[in-house]
Amino acid sequence: MFGNLDFDVIRRALPYLFFEGMTFTVTLTTLAGLGGLIFGTAIALMRLSGFKVLGRIAGIYVDFMRSLPLVLVIFWFYFLVPYIGQWVTGASRPISVGAFASSLITFIMFEAAYFSEIMRAGIQSISRGQPAAANALGLTYAQTMRYVVLPQAFRNMLPVLLTQTIVLFQDTSLVYVLSIPDFLGAASKVAQRDGRLVEMYLFAAVVYFTISCVASFGVRRLQARIAIIR
Amino acid sequence: MNYHWNWGIFFEPNPMGTGTYLDMLLSGLALTLKTAVLAWIIALVFGSLIGVMRTLPSRAAYWFGFCWVEFFRNMPLLVQLFLWYFVLPELLPKAAGTWLKQLPNAPFWTAAIGVGLFMSARVAVQLQAGIGSLPRGQKMAATALGLTTVQGYRYVLLPMAFRIILPPLTSEFLNTIKNTAVAITIGLLELTGQARSMQEFSFQVFEAFTAATLLYLLVNAVVVTAMRFLERYVAIPGYITGK
Repeated sequence: MFGNLDFDVIRRALPYLFFEGMTFTVTLTTLAGLGGLIFGTAIALMRLSGFKVLGRIAGIYVDFMRSLPLVLVIFWFYFLVPYIGQWVTGASRPISVGAFASSLITFIMFEAAYFSEIMRAGIQSISRGQPAAANALGLTYAQTMRYVVLPQAFRNMLPVLLTQTIVLFQDTSLVYVLSIPDFLGAASKVAQRDGRLVEMYLFAAVVYFTISCVASFGVRRLQARIAIIR
Repeated sequence: MNYHWNWGIFFEPNPMGTGTYLDMLLSGLALTLKTAVLAWIIALVFGSLIGVMRTLPSRAAYWFGFCWVEFFRNMPLLVQLFLWYFVLPELLPKAAGTWLKQLPNAPFWTAAIGVGLFMSARVAVQLQAGIGSLPRGQKMAATALGLTTVQGYRYVLLPMAFRIILPPLTSEFLNTIKNTAVAITIGLLELTGQARSMQEFSFQVFEAFTAATLLYLLVNAVVVTAMRFLERYVAIPGYITGK
Protein backbone atom coordinates (compact mmCIF):
# COMPACT_ATOMS: atom_id res chain seq x y z
CA MET A 1 0.00 0.00 0.00
CA PHE A 2 3.00 2.30 0.40
CA GLY A 3 4.46 0.99 -2.89
CA ASN A 4 4.03 4.00 -5.13
CA LEU A 5 4.79 6.63 -2.51
CA ASP A 6 7.79 8.90 -2.86
CA PHE A 7 9.12 9.81 0.55
CA ASP A 8 12.03 11.71 -0.97
CA VAL A 9 9.65 14.60 -1.56
CA ILE A 10 9.60 15.13 2.20
CA ARG A 11 13.39 15.27 2.43
CA ARG A 12 13.55 17.86 -0.33
CA ALA A 13 10.90 20.00 1.34
CA LEU A 14 12.37 19.77 4.86
CA PRO A 15 14.15 23.16 4.93
CA TYR A 16 11.06 24.97 3.71
CA LEU A 17 8.75 23.05 6.07
CA PHE A 18 10.80 23.75 9.17
CA PHE A 19 12.53 27.08 8.53
CA GLU A 20 9.41 28.73 7.13
CA GLY A 21 6.46 26.70 8.32
CA MET A 22 7.42 25.45 11.75
CA THR A 23 9.08 28.77 12.62
CA PHE A 24 5.81 30.54 11.88
CA THR A 25 3.81 28.01 13.90
CA VAL A 26 6.12 28.10 16.92
CA THR A 27 6.44 31.90 16.93
CA LEU A 28 2.70 32.28 16.65
CA THR A 29 2.11 29.74 19.43
CA THR A 30 4.62 31.37 21.79
CA LEU A 31 3.54 34.97 21.26
CA ALA A 32 -0.17 34.12 21.28
CA GLY A 33 0.32 32.04 24.44
CA LEU A 34 2.10 34.87 26.24
CA GLY A 35 -0.31 37.53 25.00
CA GLY A 36 -3.29 35.35 25.80
CA LEU A 37 -1.96 34.68 29.28
CA ILE A 38 -1.42 38.39 30.06
CA PHE A 39 -4.74 39.48 28.57
CA GLY A 40 -6.48 36.47 30.11
CA THR A 41 -5.12 37.27 33.58
CA ALA A 42 -6.41 40.82 33.19
CA ILE A 43 -9.86 39.47 32.28
CA ALA A 44 -9.79 37.10 35.24
CA LEU A 45 -8.91 40.00 37.58
CA MET A 46 -11.76 42.03 36.09
CA ARG A 47 -14.20 39.16 36.72
CA LEU A 48 -13.06 38.79 40.32
CA SER A 49 -12.87 42.50 41.05
CA GLY A 50 -15.47 44.15 43.23
CA PHE A 51 -16.77 46.24 40.33
CA LYS A 52 -19.96 44.62 39.02
CA VAL A 53 -19.82 46.37 35.63
CA LEU A 54 -16.22 45.27 34.91
CA GLY A 55 -17.09 41.72 35.91
CA ARG A 56 -20.13 41.69 33.64
CA ILE A 57 -18.14 42.97 30.67
CA ALA A 58 -15.41 40.39 31.19
CA GLY A 59 -17.98 37.62 31.62
CA ILE A 60 -19.79 38.54 28.41
CA TYR A 61 -16.49 38.66 26.52
CA VAL A 62 -15.49 35.19 27.72
CA ASP A 63 -18.89 33.62 27.01
CA PHE A 64 -19.02 35.27 23.61
CA MET A 65 -15.60 34.06 22.51
CA ARG A 66 -16.21 30.58 23.80
CA SER A 67 -19.47 30.23 21.85
CA LEU A 68 -17.86 30.83 18.46
CA PRO A 69 -15.86 28.42 16.31
CA LEU A 70 -12.22 29.45 15.97
CA VAL A 71 -12.49 29.38 12.17
CA LEU A 72 -15.21 32.03 12.27
CA VAL A 73 -13.17 34.17 14.69
CA ILE A 74 -10.15 33.91 12.38
CA PHE A 75 -12.27 35.18 9.50
CA TRP A 76 -13.73 37.97 11.65
CA PHE A 77 -10.38 39.36 12.67
CA TYR A 78 -8.85 38.91 9.24
CA PHE A 79 -11.45 41.28 7.81
CA LEU A 80 -11.92 43.45 10.89
CA VAL A 81 -8.30 44.25 11.86
CA PRO A 82 -7.64 46.53 8.84
CA TYR A 83 -10.68 48.61 9.81
CA ILE A 84 -9.65 48.74 13.47
CA GLY A 85 -6.18 49.83 12.33
CA GLN A 86 -7.72 52.56 10.23
CA TRP A 87 -9.80 53.74 13.18
CA VAL A 88 -6.83 53.73 15.57
CA THR A 89 -4.36 55.48 13.26
CA GLY A 90 -6.93 57.79 11.70
CA ALA A 91 -5.90 56.75 8.20
CA SER A 92 -8.19 57.46 5.27
CA ARG A 93 -8.53 53.83 4.16
CA PRO A 94 -8.35 50.41 5.85
CA ILE A 95 -4.68 49.70 6.53
CA SER A 96 -3.25 46.38 5.47
CA VAL A 97 -1.71 44.31 8.26
CA GLY A 98 0.30 41.25 7.47
CA ALA A 99 -0.96 37.70 7.78
CA PHE A 100 1.17 37.17 10.87
CA ALA A 101 -0.10 40.25 12.75
CA SER A 102 -3.70 39.42 11.89
CA SER A 103 -3.48 35.83 13.09
CA LEU A 104 -1.50 36.84 16.19
CA ILE A 105 -4.23 39.31 17.23
CA THR A 106 -6.88 36.66 16.54
CA PHE A 107 -5.23 34.03 18.70
CA ILE A 108 -4.44 36.44 21.56
CA MET A 109 -8.05 37.60 21.71
CA PHE A 110 -9.43 34.07 21.36
CA GLU A 111 -7.09 32.29 23.75
CA ALA A 112 -7.45 35.05 26.36
CA ALA A 113 -11.00 33.82 26.94
CA TYR A 114 -9.75 30.29 27.69
CA PHE A 115 -6.68 31.36 29.69
CA SER A 116 -8.82 33.72 31.77
CA GLU A 117 -11.01 30.82 32.92
CA ILE A 118 -7.91 28.87 33.96
CA MET A 119 -6.44 31.85 35.83
CA ARG A 120 -9.80 32.53 37.47
CA ALA A 121 -9.88 28.98 38.80
CA GLY A 122 -6.27 29.39 39.95
CA ILE A 123 -6.97 32.62 41.80
CA GLN A 124 -10.10 31.18 43.39
CA SER A 125 -8.16 28.14 44.58
CA ILE A 126 -6.04 30.32 46.89
CA SER A 127 -7.25 30.43 50.43
CA ARG A 128 -8.89 33.58 51.75
CA GLY A 129 -6.24 33.97 54.42
CA GLN A 130 -3.56 34.85 51.84
CA PRO A 131 -5.02 38.14 50.56
CA ALA A 132 -6.25 38.88 54.09
CA ALA A 133 -2.71 38.49 55.46
CA ALA A 134 -1.32 40.64 52.62
CA ASN A 135 -3.92 43.26 53.45
CA ALA A 136 -2.95 43.13 57.14
CA LEU A 137 0.70 43.67 56.15
CA GLY A 138 -0.37 46.86 54.44
CA LEU A 139 0.08 45.75 50.84
CA THR A 140 -2.05 47.54 48.27
CA TYR A 141 -4.36 45.62 45.91
CA ALA A 142 -1.75 45.72 43.14
CA GLN A 143 0.99 44.52 45.49
CA THR A 144 -1.22 41.75 46.87
CA MET A 145 -1.88 40.48 43.37
CA ARG A 146 1.69 40.93 42.17
CA TYR A 147 3.51 39.37 45.14
CA VAL A 148 1.02 37.05 46.83
CA VAL A 149 -1.94 35.87 44.77
CA LEU A 150 -0.80 35.67 41.14
CA PRO A 151 2.52 33.81 41.70
CA GLN A 152 0.68 31.06 43.60
CA ALA A 153 -2.22 30.95 41.15
CA PHE A 154 0.20 30.74 38.25
CA ARG A 155 2.19 27.96 39.86
CA ASN A 156 -0.91 25.92 40.71
CA MET A 157 -2.27 26.28 37.20
CA LEU A 158 1.00 25.83 35.29
CA PRO A 159 0.20 22.30 34.04
CA VAL A 160 -3.26 23.37 32.86
CA LEU A 161 -1.84 26.48 31.20
CA LEU A 162 0.75 24.39 29.38
CA THR A 163 -1.88 21.85 28.28
CA GLN A 164 -3.93 24.72 26.90
CA THR A 165 -0.80 25.90 25.06
CA ILE A 166 -0.51 22.47 23.42
CA VAL A 167 -4.13 22.85 22.29
CA LEU A 168 -3.20 26.30 21.01
CA PHE A 169 -0.25 24.81 19.11
CA GLN A 170 -2.62 22.41 17.37
CA ASP A 171 -5.20 25.13 16.77
CA THR A 172 -2.73 27.40 14.98
CA SER A 173 -2.99 24.96 12.07
CA LEU A 174 -6.38 26.56 11.37
CA VAL A 175 -4.70 29.65 9.87
CA TYR A 176 -4.70 27.31 6.87
CA VAL A 177 -8.08 28.86 5.98
CA LEU A 178 -6.27 32.15 5.26
CA SER A 179 -3.68 30.36 3.04
CA ILE A 180 -0.90 31.33 5.43
CA PRO A 181 2.22 29.12 5.27
CA ASP A 182 2.34 27.83 8.82
CA PHE A 183 3.63 24.27 9.18
CA LEU A 184 0.49 22.64 7.80
CA GLY A 185 0.05 25.39 5.21
CA ALA A 186 3.63 24.88 4.00
CA ALA A 187 3.13 21.11 3.84
CA SER A 188 -0.07 21.58 1.89
CA LYS A 189 1.63 24.01 -0.55
CA VAL A 190 4.36 21.47 -1.31
CA ALA A 191 1.74 18.71 -1.48
CA GLN A 192 -0.26 20.54 -4.09
CA ARG A 193 2.79 21.71 -6.07
CA ASP A 194 4.27 18.21 -6.34
CA GLY A 195 1.00 16.29 -6.32
CA ARG A 196 2.11 14.41 -3.22
CA LEU A 197 -0.81 14.88 -0.82
CA VAL A 198 -0.47 11.50 0.89
CA GLU A 199 3.21 11.79 1.81
CA MET A 200 3.03 15.40 2.96
CA TYR A 201 -0.12 15.06 5.05
CA LEU A 202 1.14 11.86 6.66
CA PHE A 203 4.39 13.61 7.49
CA ALA A 204 2.59 16.65 8.91
CA ALA A 205 0.43 14.34 11.05
CA VAL A 206 3.51 12.52 12.38
CA VAL A 207 5.26 15.80 13.24
CA TYR A 208 2.24 17.28 15.05
CA PHE A 209 1.67 13.99 16.85
CA THR A 210 5.28 13.69 18.00
CA ILE A 211 5.55 17.26 19.24
CA SER A 212 2.22 17.16 21.09
CA CYS A 213 2.98 13.74 22.62
CA VAL A 214 6.41 14.79 23.87
CA ALA A 215 5.04 18.08 25.17
CA SER A 216 2.14 16.49 27.06
CA PHE A 217 4.49 13.87 28.49
CA GLY A 218 6.70 16.73 29.70
CA VAL A 219 3.69 18.47 31.24
CA ARG A 220 2.78 15.28 33.13
CA ARG A 221 6.34 15.02 34.49
CA LEU A 222 6.31 18.68 35.47
CA GLN A 223 2.94 18.28 37.18
CA ALA A 224 4.31 15.46 39.33
CA ARG A 225 7.38 17.51 40.22
CA ILE A 226 5.87 20.84 41.12
CA ALA A 227 2.77 19.56 42.88
CA ILE A 228 2.56 21.18 46.30
CA ILE A 229 2.10 18.61 49.02
CA ARG A 230 -0.61 19.80 51.35
CA MET B 1 -15.30 53.62 8.69
CA ASN B 2 -15.88 53.82 4.96
CA TYR B 3 -17.53 50.41 4.85
CA HIS B 4 -20.75 50.25 2.91
CA TRP B 5 -23.34 48.68 5.20
CA ASN B 6 -26.28 46.93 3.61
CA TRP B 7 -28.39 44.92 6.03
CA GLY B 8 -31.01 44.36 3.34
CA ILE B 9 -28.57 41.96 1.66
CA PHE B 10 -30.12 39.01 3.48
CA PHE B 11 -33.34 39.35 1.50
CA GLU B 12 -31.66 39.66 -1.88
CA PRO B 13 -31.48 36.53 -4.06
CA ASN B 14 -28.20 34.62 -3.90
CA PRO B 15 -26.30 33.79 -7.11
CA MET B 16 -26.84 30.05 -6.63
CA GLY B 17 -30.54 30.46 -7.30
CA THR B 18 -31.49 28.75 -4.04
CA GLY B 19 -33.50 31.67 -2.66
CA THR B 20 -32.17 34.59 -0.65
CA TYR B 21 -28.82 34.95 1.13
CA LEU B 22 -30.68 34.26 4.36
CA ASP B 23 -31.81 30.88 2.96
CA MET B 24 -28.17 30.15 2.18
CA LEU B 25 -27.10 30.80 5.77
CA LEU B 26 -30.01 28.79 7.18
CA SER B 27 -29.14 25.79 4.99
CA GLY B 28 -25.61 26.14 6.37
CA LEU B 29 -27.01 26.11 9.90
CA ALA B 30 -29.03 22.97 9.13
CA LEU B 31 -25.91 21.24 7.81
CA THR B 32 -23.89 22.33 10.88
CA LEU B 33 -26.53 20.80 13.15
CA LYS B 34 -26.82 17.60 11.09
CA THR B 35 -23.05 17.10 11.07
CA ALA B 36 -22.73 17.92 14.77
CA VAL B 37 -25.50 15.52 15.84
CA LEU B 38 -24.09 12.63 13.81
CA ALA B 39 -20.56 13.41 15.08
CA TRP B 40 -21.86 13.55 18.65
CA ILE B 41 -23.52 10.13 18.33
CA ILE B 42 -20.23 8.68 17.05
CA ALA B 43 -18.31 10.44 19.84
CA LEU B 44 -20.66 9.12 22.52
CA VAL B 45 -20.63 5.52 21.26
CA PHE B 46 -16.86 5.27 20.80
CA GLY B 47 -16.08 7.52 23.76
CA SER B 48 -18.18 5.35 26.09
CA LEU B 49 -16.57 2.14 24.86
CA ILE B 50 -13.04 3.53 25.19
CA GLY B 51 -13.79 5.23 28.49
CA VAL B 52 -15.06 1.95 29.95
CA MET B 53 -12.06 0.06 28.55
CA ARG B 54 -9.73 2.43 30.36
CA THR B 55 -11.30 1.47 33.69
CA LEU B 56 -11.32 -2.32 33.15
CA PRO B 57 -8.82 -4.48 35.03
CA SER B 58 -7.51 -5.90 31.73
CA ARG B 59 -4.16 -4.36 30.79
CA ALA B 60 -4.75 -4.92 27.08
CA ALA B 61 -8.04 -3.01 27.23
CA TYR B 62 -6.37 -0.22 29.16
CA TRP B 63 -3.57 0.10 26.62
CA PHE B 64 -5.95 0.05 23.69
CA GLY B 65 -7.92 2.88 25.28
CA PHE B 66 -4.73 4.78 26.09
CA CYS B 67 -3.46 4.57 22.49
CA TRP B 68 -6.87 5.56 21.09
CA VAL B 69 -7.03 8.67 23.25
CA GLU B 70 -3.42 9.72 22.59
CA PHE B 71 -3.83 9.17 18.85
CA PHE B 72 -6.90 11.37 18.51
CA ARG B 73 -5.83 13.98 21.05
CA ASN B 74 -2.34 14.75 19.78
CA MET B 75 -3.15 15.74 16.22
CA PRO B 76 -4.92 18.91 15.14
CA LEU B 77 -8.49 18.23 14.00
CA LEU B 78 -7.66 19.82 10.66
CA VAL B 79 -4.85 17.31 10.07
CA GLN B 80 -7.13 14.43 11.05
CA LEU B 81 -9.77 15.56 8.56
CA PHE B 82 -7.09 15.74 5.85
CA LEU B 83 -5.97 12.23 6.74
CA TRP B 84 -9.50 10.83 6.39
CA TYR B 85 -10.31 12.88 3.31
CA PHE B 86 -7.13 12.91 1.20
CA VAL B 87 -4.87 10.17 2.56
CA LEU B 88 -7.13 7.24 3.50
CA PRO B 89 -8.62 6.64 0.00
CA GLU B 90 -5.08 6.47 -1.47
CA LEU B 91 -3.86 3.91 1.05
CA LEU B 92 -6.81 1.54 0.68
CA PRO B 93 -6.93 -1.09 -2.07
CA LYS B 94 -7.78 0.55 -5.35
CA ALA B 95 -11.45 -0.50 -5.56
CA ALA B 96 -12.23 0.62 -2.01
CA GLY B 97 -10.37 3.91 -2.50
CA THR B 98 -12.29 4.69 -5.69
CA TRP B 99 -15.56 3.85 -3.96
CA LEU B 100 -14.69 6.21 -1.11
CA LYS B 101 -13.73 9.01 -3.44
CA GLN B 102 -16.95 8.70 -5.44
CA LEU B 103 -19.16 8.65 -2.38
CA PRO B 104 -21.81 11.35 -2.71
CA ASN B 105 -21.60 13.88 0.13
CA ALA B 106 -18.05 12.78 0.97
CA PRO B 107 -17.24 16.02 2.90
CA PHE B 108 -20.31 15.51 5.11
CA TRP B 109 -19.46 11.91 6.04
CA THR B 110 -15.77 12.71 6.49
CA ALA B 111 -16.58 15.66 8.73
CA ALA B 112 -19.09 13.73 10.85
CA ILE B 113 -16.82 10.72 11.31
CA GLY B 114 -13.63 12.79 11.68
CA VAL B 115 -15.08 15.19 14.25
CA GLY B 116 -16.85 12.28 15.96
CA LEU B 117 -13.66 10.26 16.44
CA PHE B 118 -11.74 13.40 17.50
CA MET B 119 -14.37 14.13 20.16
CA SER B 120 -14.60 10.47 21.23
CA ALA B 121 -11.16 10.78 22.85
CA ARG B 122 -12.41 13.67 24.98
CA VAL B 123 -15.64 11.88 25.91
CA ALA B 124 -13.57 8.82 26.89
CA VAL B 125 -11.39 10.87 29.24
CA GLN B 126 -14.46 12.48 30.84
CA LEU B 127 -16.19 9.13 31.31
CA GLN B 128 -13.05 7.57 32.77
CA ALA B 129 -12.88 10.42 35.27
CA GLY B 130 -16.59 10.01 36.03
CA ILE B 131 -16.26 6.29 36.71
CA GLY B 132 -13.10 6.96 38.72
CA SER B 133 -14.93 9.47 40.90
CA LEU B 134 -17.40 6.83 42.13
CA PRO B 135 -16.63 5.30 45.50
CA ARG B 136 -14.89 1.91 45.26
CA GLY B 137 -17.75 0.38 47.21
CA GLN B 138 -20.13 0.75 44.25
CA LYS B 139 -18.23 -1.73 42.13
CA MET B 140 -17.67 -4.04 45.09
CA ALA B 141 -21.35 -3.99 46.01
CA ALA B 142 -22.26 -4.82 42.44
CA THR B 143 -19.89 -7.79 42.51
CA ALA B 144 -21.16 -8.87 45.91
CA LEU B 145 -24.73 -8.89 44.57
CA GLY B 146 -23.59 -11.36 41.91
CA LEU B 147 -23.70 -8.96 38.96
CA THR B 148 -21.33 -9.76 36.11
CA THR B 149 -18.88 -7.06 34.96
CA VAL B 150 -21.20 -6.09 32.11
CA GLN B 151 -24.19 -5.90 34.43
CA GLY B 152 -22.19 -3.93 36.98
CA TYR B 153 -21.34 -1.32 34.38
CA ARG B 154 -24.81 -1.36 32.85
CA TYR B 155 -26.86 -1.03 36.03
CA VAL B 156 -24.54 0.49 38.63
CA LEU B 157 -21.48 2.36 37.38
CA LEU B 158 -22.52 3.91 34.06
CA PRO B 159 -25.88 5.37 35.15
CA MET B 160 -24.07 7.18 37.98
CA ALA B 161 -21.01 8.17 35.96
CA PHE B 162 -22.98 9.65 33.06
CA ARG B 163 -25.10 11.73 35.40
CA ILE B 164 -22.00 13.06 37.16
CA ILE B 165 -20.23 14.04 33.94
CA LEU B 166 -23.28 15.62 32.32
CA PRO B 167 -22.04 19.24 32.73
CA PRO B 168 -18.64 18.60 31.08
CA LEU B 169 -20.40 16.55 28.40
CA THR B 170 -22.53 19.61 27.62
CA SER B 171 -19.44 21.65 26.86
CA GLU B 172 -18.03 18.79 24.78
CA PHE B 173 -21.25 18.80 22.75
CA LEU B 174 -20.88 22.57 22.26
CA ASN B 175 -17.28 21.94 21.16
CA THR B 176 -18.55 19.38 18.67
CA ILE B 177 -20.85 21.97 17.12
CA LYS B 178 -18.02 24.49 16.95
CA ASN B 179 -15.55 21.95 15.56
CA THR B 180 -17.76 21.19 12.55
CA ALA B 181 -16.63 24.61 11.26
CA VAL B 182 -13.19 23.12 10.61
CA ALA B 183 -14.81 21.04 7.86
CA ILE B 184 -14.90 24.21 5.75
CA THR B 185 -11.38 23.13 4.72
CA ILE B 186 -12.65 19.97 3.02
CA GLY B 187 -15.42 21.88 1.29
CA LEU B 188 -18.36 21.30 3.63
CA LEU B 189 -20.72 24.26 3.27
CA GLU B 190 -21.82 24.47 6.89
CA LEU B 191 -22.67 27.75 8.61
CA THR B 192 -19.16 29.28 8.59
CA GLY B 193 -18.66 28.05 5.02
CA GLN B 194 -21.93 29.60 3.85
CA ALA B 195 -21.08 32.90 5.60
CA ARG B 196 -17.71 32.83 3.84
CA SER B 197 -19.25 32.22 0.42
CA MET B 198 -21.90 34.88 1.05
CA GLN B 199 -19.02 37.27 1.77
CA GLU B 200 -17.28 36.26 -1.45
CA PHE B 201 -20.41 36.72 -3.58
CA SER B 202 -21.79 39.90 -2.04
CA PHE B 203 -18.70 41.61 -0.48
CA GLN B 204 -20.85 42.27 2.61
CA VAL B 205 -18.25 40.83 4.99
CA PHE B 206 -19.52 42.05 8.30
CA GLU B 207 -23.22 41.41 7.67
CA ALA B 208 -22.46 37.80 6.70
CA PHE B 209 -20.24 37.11 9.71
CA THR B 210 -22.56 38.93 12.12
CA ALA B 211 -25.44 36.72 11.02
CA ALA B 212 -23.32 33.56 11.41
CA THR B 213 -22.18 34.76 14.86
CA LEU B 214 -25.76 35.36 15.99
CA LEU B 215 -26.83 31.94 14.75
CA TYR B 216 -23.98 30.24 16.64
CA LEU B 217 -24.89 32.18 19.81
CA LEU B 218 -28.52 31.13 19.39
CA VAL B 219 -27.60 27.44 19.00
CA ASN B 220 -25.36 27.72 22.05
CA ALA B 221 -28.12 29.28 24.14
CA VAL B 222 -30.65 26.62 23.10
CA VAL B 223 -28.27 23.75 23.90
CA VAL B 224 -27.25 25.22 27.26
CA THR B 225 -30.88 25.77 28.29
CA ALA B 226 -31.96 22.30 27.19
CA MET B 227 -29.06 20.66 29.00
CA ARG B 228 -29.84 22.58 32.17
CA PHE B 229 -33.33 21.04 32.17
CA LEU B 230 -31.84 17.60 31.52
CA GLU B 231 -29.32 18.11 34.34
CA ARG B 232 -32.11 18.96 36.77
CA TYR B 233 -34.16 15.99 35.55
CA VAL B 234 -31.41 13.41 36.04
CA ALA B 235 -29.77 15.00 39.12
CA ILE B 236 -28.70 12.45 41.71
CA PRO B 237 -30.45 12.89 45.06
CA GLY B 238 -27.94 13.43 47.86
CA TYR B 239 -25.32 15.13 45.64
CA ILE B 240 -24.72 18.89 45.82
CA THR B 241 -26.54 19.36 42.52
CA GLY B 242 -29.25 16.89 43.51
CA LYS B 243 -32.84 17.47 44.52
